Amino acid sequence: MTDMSYTAVMGRRNQIMKAAVGLDYSQFESGGIAFDYEALMAATGLTMDQVMEVMASFSVGNTPLIELKNITALARQYAKPGYGARILIKDEACNPSGSFKARRAALSVHMAKQMGYKGVVTATSGNYGAAVASCCAKAGLKCIVVQECFDSRGQGQPEIVEKARKCEALGAEVIQLSVGPELFYVFLRLLEQTGYFNASLYTPFGIQGVESLGYEIAQQCRSQFGKDPDLVVATNAGGGNLTGTARGLIKAGCKAPVVAASVDLKGLHMASDRQFNRKSFTTGHTGFGMPFTTWPDRSDVPRSAARPLRYLSRYVTVTQGEVFYTTEMLAILEGMERGPAGNTSLAAAFSLAQELPEDQILVVQETEYTGAGKHQNAQLDFARKNGVTITIGDPLDQVPGESITLPQHPGQIKARELDLSRLRRSLIKHALGDSAAMPVEKDIAFLSEETGAGLDQTRAIIKELLEETP
Amino acid sequence: MPKKGDWVLITNTILQPGERAPQVPEDTAQVPLIQWVKGHLLADADIGQTAQARTRTGRVVEGILQEEAPAYSHSFGAFIPELLAVQEGIRQAMWGEGQDD
Repeated sequence: MTDMSYTAVMGRRNQIMKAAVGLDYSQFESGGIAFDYEALMAATGLTMDQVMEVMASFSVGNTPLIELKNITALARQYAKPGYGARILIKDEACNPSGSFKARRAALSVHMAKQMGYKGVVTATSGNYGAAVASCCAKAGLKCIVVQECFDSRGQGQPEIVEKARKCEALGAEVIQLSVGPELFYVFLRLLEQTGYFNASLYTPFGIQGVESLGYEIAQQCRSQFGKDPDLVVATNAGGGNLTGTARGLIKAGCKAPVVAASVDLKGLHMASDRQFNRKSFTTGHTGFGMPFTTWPDRSDVPRSAARPLRYLSRYVTVTQGEVFYTTEMLAILEGMERGPAGNTSLAAAFSLAQELPEDQILVVQETEYTGAGKHQNAQLDFARKNGVTITIGDPLDQVPGESITLPQHPGQIKARELDLSRLRRSLIKHALGDSAAMPVEKDIAFLSEETGAGLDQTRAIIKELLEETP
Repeated sequence: MPKKGDWVLITNTILQPGERAPQVPEDTAQVPLIQWVKGHLLADADIGQTAQARTRTGRVVEGILQEEAPAYSHSFGAFIPELLAVQEGIRQAMWGEGQDD
C-alpha cells in the first residue's frame, strides 16, 4: 500500500507534479542555477492569437478599459501644475468569474481538457478558485479547490469564506483547511488520489493566459486613446499577474514600464494561526509579494513561470487603510463598486499619477468583483471584532495586525518605494543557496535576467554574498 | 439524526500538533491541521459520530460529522461609521463644500 504519511507524500512531490501538469520540467534544466525560461513559456505551443481564441471560447477577456475622469481630476488637486496622468482601469471584474484570474484558468482548463484529464485540482484561497470552477463548469470537467480558510478555532476569513461559496456556486468541491503550509501535502494527496490536472497558478499556461491582459491593454489604449500607456500598475502577490501582463505588453510592442504594488503587511507571519485573521487582505499583499518576487520557485511547480523581478520597473507598497479608502473613492466618484484587494494597484496609481505629466496615461490593469465577505465593510467589521483598531488619520500611523488607519484626505495616499537592489540581492542569495563557488557564466547571465540587474552588477552582488558566507 | 443522502459537513484532523511541518511558526505548531469537506451522507449518523460522505466529485471522505445542511452566513458586517465618514470626505474633496448638506 502507498505510504500516505506527510514525509512520504512530500517525497513523491516531483513525480506527482509531473503526472499532474503534463509537463516534464527536467527538459528546461541546465544542471546549474539557470534554466531555459523562454523554452518553458513556449511549451504551451500556443500563439497569442490562439490564446485569444481560447479566452473567447470561455467568454473571458475583452473587458472594458475605462477612464477614471473624476479620480484623475482629484489626483491633479494634489499634483504640481501640469501633472497628474490620466488614470484608466481595466475592468477585469467583468470576466465570468469576476476577476482577471479567469484568464489564467481558461488556458489551464483548456489544456487539461485537451490532455484528457477528467478533472482539475487547484490550491488557492483567492479568486483563482472561482475562475477554475467557472471554466471547469463550461468545459464539463470536475473541479476541486483546496483553500486555507480558517484558524484553528474554526473562524473563517470572510473574504475566503465568500470565495468558497462562489466556487461551490460554480459546481466545485471545496476542501477547506486551517492555517498552515501543509495544505500542499493535502493537495499532493488529492492529485495522486484523483489523477486530476494541477491547475497551478504558476504553470506557463497560467501565465500565458495573463499575457492576453497586457496585450488587450496595449490594443485598447491605442484604439481608444490613440497612444500607448506610459505606465502600467499591477497588484503583486505571487507574481503571475505582473509577469503575464508585462509579457503581453511586450508582445504587443508596448514599452510601458510596469510597476508592482502590494499592500504592506510587514510583520505578519503568513503561516501563523494567530495572525491569520488579523489581516484584512488575503492576497495582493507583501506577505506573498516579497517571498515570491525574491524566490519564484517556492511555488507548487518545479519552476515558476511567474518571475516578476524580470519585468517590474519599480515596486511600491500602500497600506490597508489606503486601499479601503481608494475602494470607496472608486464607488463614490466613478460609480464602480469593486472588491478591495484588486484596488491595491489603484491606490498606488492615485499617487503615481501625480508624478507624471497630464498628457500621459497610466493604466491600472485590474478590478475584481465584490460581495458579502469580500468588501471593505465586511473586512473592517471582522478586523474590529478581532481586536484591530480602526481610525481615521495618518495612513502611516498603522501597524499591520494591530491597527488600520483610513486617510483623512486623498492627498495622504502615497505609494512607498521598495528598494529593488535589496530584492535583487535576496533573489541571488536564494539562487546561490549553500554554494560557496562563483557560478559559471551561464548562471550569472541567468541571474542578471532574473533580477533585471546588469551583468557587472550581478557579478558584484554574487561576489559580496560569497564573501559574507562563512 | 442526519439521514443517508443528506448534505453534510465532515471534519478531519489531517496532522496532529506533533506532526506539523518543521517550518511552521510556534503558534501553528501547537494546533492540529484540520480539514472540512461537504458531501452526501452515505448512512444515517449522529452529529459528532464518525461518518462517510460522497463529495461533489464522487470521492468518499470519512471523518467526524460536524453539521447537517451547512449554510453560508458571511455578510457585509456591522455598520462601519468610519467608511461613511470617508465617503463624505471624498465627495467634499472632489465637489467642494455643501455637497452633502
